[in-house]
Amino acid sequence: MMSESDPVGAAPREALLQVENLRIEFPTRRGVLVAVDDISFHINEGEVLGVVGESGAGKSLTGASIIGLLEPPGRIAGGEILLSGRRIDHLPYEDMRRIRGREIGMVFQDPLTSLNPLYTVGRQLIETIQTHTDLSEQAARKRALELLGEVGIPAASQRIDQYPHQFSGGMRQRVVIALALCINPKLVIADEPTTALDVSIQAQIIKLLKRLCHEHGAAVMLITHDMGVIAETADRVAVMYAGRIAEVGPVSQVIKHARHPYTHGLMGSIPMIGHDMERLTQIDGSMPRLTEIPRGCAFNPRCPKVMERCRLDRPEPLPVGNSQVACWLYDDPSAEVEEIVFGEAENG
Amino acid sequence: MTAGSEIRTISPGFGARVGDSLKRFFDSDVFYSFKRSPVTIIAFLVTVLLILGAALAPWIAPHNTNDVASLNLMDAFRPPVWESGGEPNFLLGTDDQGRGVLSSIMFGMQLSLLVGFASVLLAAAVGTILGLLSGYVGGRVDSVIMRIADVQLTFPAILIALLIDGIVGSLLPRAMHEEVKIYVLIVAIAASQWVNFARTVRGSTLVEKNKEYVQAARVIGVRPIAIMWRHVLPNVMGPVLVIATLSLALAILTEATLSFLGVGVPVTRPSLGTLIRIGNDFLFSGEWWMTIFPGLALVILVLSVNLLGDWLRDALNPKLR
Amino acid sequence: MFAFIVQRLFQAIFVMLAVALVSFTLFQFVGDPINNMMGQDATEEQREALRERLGLNDPVPVQFLRFVGNTVQGEFGLSYRVGKPVSELIAERLPATLELVAVSAVLALVVGVPMGIYTGLKRYSVVSRLFLTVSLVGISLPTFLIGILLILIFGVWLGWLPTFGRGGTVDLGLWQTSFLTLQGWSHLILPSITLALFQLTLIMRLVRAEMLEVLRTDYIKFARARGLRNRAINYGHALKNTLVPVITIMGLQIGSLLAFSIITETVFQWPGMGLLILQGIQFVDIPVMSSYLVLVALFFVIINLTVDLLYYAVDPRLRIERGPAGH
Repeated sequence: MMSESDPVGAAPREALLQVENLRIEFPTRRGVLVAVDDISFHINEGEVLGVVGESGAGKSLTGASIIGLLEPPGRIAGGEILLSGRRIDHLPYEDMRRIRGREIGMVFQDPLTSLNPLYTVGRQLIETIQTHTDLSEQAARKRALELLGEVGIPAASQRIDQYPHQFSGGMRQRVVIALALCINPKLVIADEPTTALDVSIQAQIIKLLKRLCHEHGAAVMLITHDMGVIAETADRVAVMYAGRIAEVGPVSQVIKHARHPYTHGLMGSIPMIGHDMERLTQIDGSMPRLTEIPRGCAFNPRCPKVMERCRLDRPEPLPVGNSQVACWLYDDPSAEVEEIVFGEAENG
Repeated sequence: MTAGSEIRTISPGFGARVGDSLKRFFDSDVFYSFKRSPVTIIAFLVTVLLILGAALAPWIAPHNTNDVASLNLMDAFRPPVWESGGEPNFLLGTDDQGRGVLSSIMFGMQLSLLVGFASVLLAAAVGTILGLLSGYVGGRVDSVIMRIADVQLTFPAILIALLIDGIVGSLLPRAMHEEVKIYVLIVAIAASQWVNFARTVRGSTLVEKNKEYVQAARVIGVRPIAIMWRHVLPNVMGPVLVIATLSLALAILTEATLSFLGVGVPVTRPSLGTLIRIGNDFLFSGEWWMTIFPGLALVILVLSVNLLGDWLRDALNPKLR
Repeated sequence: MFAFIVQRLFQAIFVMLAVALVSFTLFQFVGDPINNMMGQDATEEQREALRERLGLNDPVPVQFLRFVGNTVQGEFGLSYRVGKPVSELIAERLPATLELVAVSAVLALVVGVPMGIYTGLKRYSVVSRLFLTVSLVGISLPTFLIGILLILIFGVWLGWLPTFGRGGTVDLGLWQTSFLTLQGWSHLILPSITLALFQLTLIMRLVRAEMLEVLRTDYIKFARARGLRNRAINYGHALKNTLVPVITIMGLQIGSLLAFSIITETVFQWPGMGLLILQGIQFVDIPVMSSYLVLVALFFVIINLTVDLLYYAVDPRLRIERGPAGH
């Protein structure tokens, strides 16, 4: 391991990444849009956290803000982001640059456009390695070759001097993963890493990502809209809806015992082998635009279990079992509800 | 949305859609960004003012400079009114023939704008049609049109206009030449500008062509011409408008340049470029106003149009800012 | 590499032949050279003699072949207007134009490209906004007006710089150059600034637009996400990718410098090709017009060839015909 971590104060069992009350805003002509509204979560060392939700739910923005690459006019308007106990939001550019690549790696969605077409794959790897370490050109090249081998590129010693356009999509995403992992970061943010790929190689890439991150001791924040990927890969999962976290908890719990009506709806939309279902359920309506987020719980117009209270007050995350759920259904301490029975789609 | 409902929403006539889009325009981001940009508003007002001044020249200009009988050589070489020897009758001074510079500018700008608008309209029409054809039909038609465009693009506008003007000039007898000169000029400038329209329209057409609603329209048997007119054309109007605005600025400049070189509009009806050329002969003898004021008018006109075009491009394509 | 060059050369030859055909057609069908050269009152014998001497009585294909052959040898015929061989006129004028264009091109590129890069990288800085505003005025100023203003200010009012002709040139045998004397340079200053200014602003704006385009790409975002230094991203990754379109722009702009030199030469009475062609057009001097056309085409073909070769050097996607796309 090359990275040397010096957590501020040796707080015992501290989470690797801690996001506290993060708020991301976009100033526009029709007022300020709140794209991510007061969300908190953490990622432990070596853990895979799946972040799932429809497009526009704020998943990618959250990822971008953690690595400090939120694009203007988007801005972090509140909250804190801590990496190994050190605050990294609002760091000076140069300090944040040192963290990017070295402590937090990132994998983007489209491997076809993620690599610079005018530089060889090797040069991009070597450049990254040399930026963050004191390795010589030769040593960096050797390391680059090892990495290409690790991500499963055959005949790496020849392909290292080839240009991105000479690689197929899946191969390029392997190169991208090698680039993200080349300094052994403690955290890898993978933003829809397989969406742009052929279905037949999606599973390979996800497996590779998971295995390598495990071997390199990196935690993963896996952003996706695919519940199936989450179910196979993640340790815990955070479900986002309209800029809020609806539910976060261990993947087994969230999938088997979805507590938030939205999560439940999402689960109902996954086809599962062995379940005799006439048809997949779907959630009526669509996620509101940021300009039209309703009062109270953002999900209330689509919620099958909506109550009067949901239209007035916004629910904060409440502990339910090992999960945190932002839903008024679980606010009645006397009821001790462990599981709400959903009338429709009894497939959990 | 299904292909069927998409077609249904587009099916009202062109006129109804224009009315609709007008309503939408005042609530649009384009109009909003216009309101937010004082520079653009000023440019817009200046452009409107100049166009009105030019169009109404016969009625509001202090003198009719095209009327030779009204000229008095005693008035020649008068400086602007604020210099010694200036006369309130001639606000911006007079030229060597005793024509008022202000009036000359108004009449000259009329011609400059006429040539500019006409050539851009021609270039836009030809370019849009060829671009649609090239993009929609594809194949050999496409490669022929685009090859011509490629070659044409390497030759600068001024050179093309100059050569066309020279060739036509030599093909026709002198007397006729003067008569058709303006039309030759319009065609020459249009010939140097159609490529931009054709390329942009072709690009947008290729994108639109593969969209589902166009595919669907084709499947249910809508004729290609109808598809292009109803579905593809409305979608390329934005970029065409941007290019047209920027081309107008360029066309006015090209006209002025050609007239300055003496191959543009006939001498009997001077444009801004002609005025500057005439004034240029007297630059060294100190009558600067004969050059500077028409020059200033030209620059203000072109700058305003350029500002409008620049703003329009940004407003229609926010990503490019 | 070899195949690429050969292919481009063939294209170039094809373009040149096409242009030669246009030139020749001009010769063939436009105007009556005999009338132009002898005036209305020459006798029929005199006309016939001249027609025979100019080879206008031969069959058309023969005339075309002769035209191509002559053109290749640099023989463009006699100018109708001055009665001298066009090649001689061109030899006198070409150096003046090429020197003017060269100085302007260097000026426009050396100033325009860095300004474009700067305004692309520092989009929101005060200096960038200033540059952009000034540049909009720049592209709204016609070349001839820039020339006139410069003459008025530096020639007429201040009297600092010469405003017409080339001044002292040094004769290098075939080439009259302004570069070797101080006076020559002083005569070059105003015309070259005039010619460069419009192109400079255009180049700046185009380079800026390309730079912004590249900075928005995913691979630049990914480069940032890897923690590469700003310098490496801006001047390595971004700049190199900007180069590809910028090379095209520069090729086109240098080409239009040649066209705009006509205007500059008129304003400053610069004894170059531009003045020659302008007089040629006014007097319908076909040999001058057609040879100018051929020369300009040659110039463009050379520029395009250079551009293609530069592309080839910059972009690996062109170098490898078919990548062994593995899985």
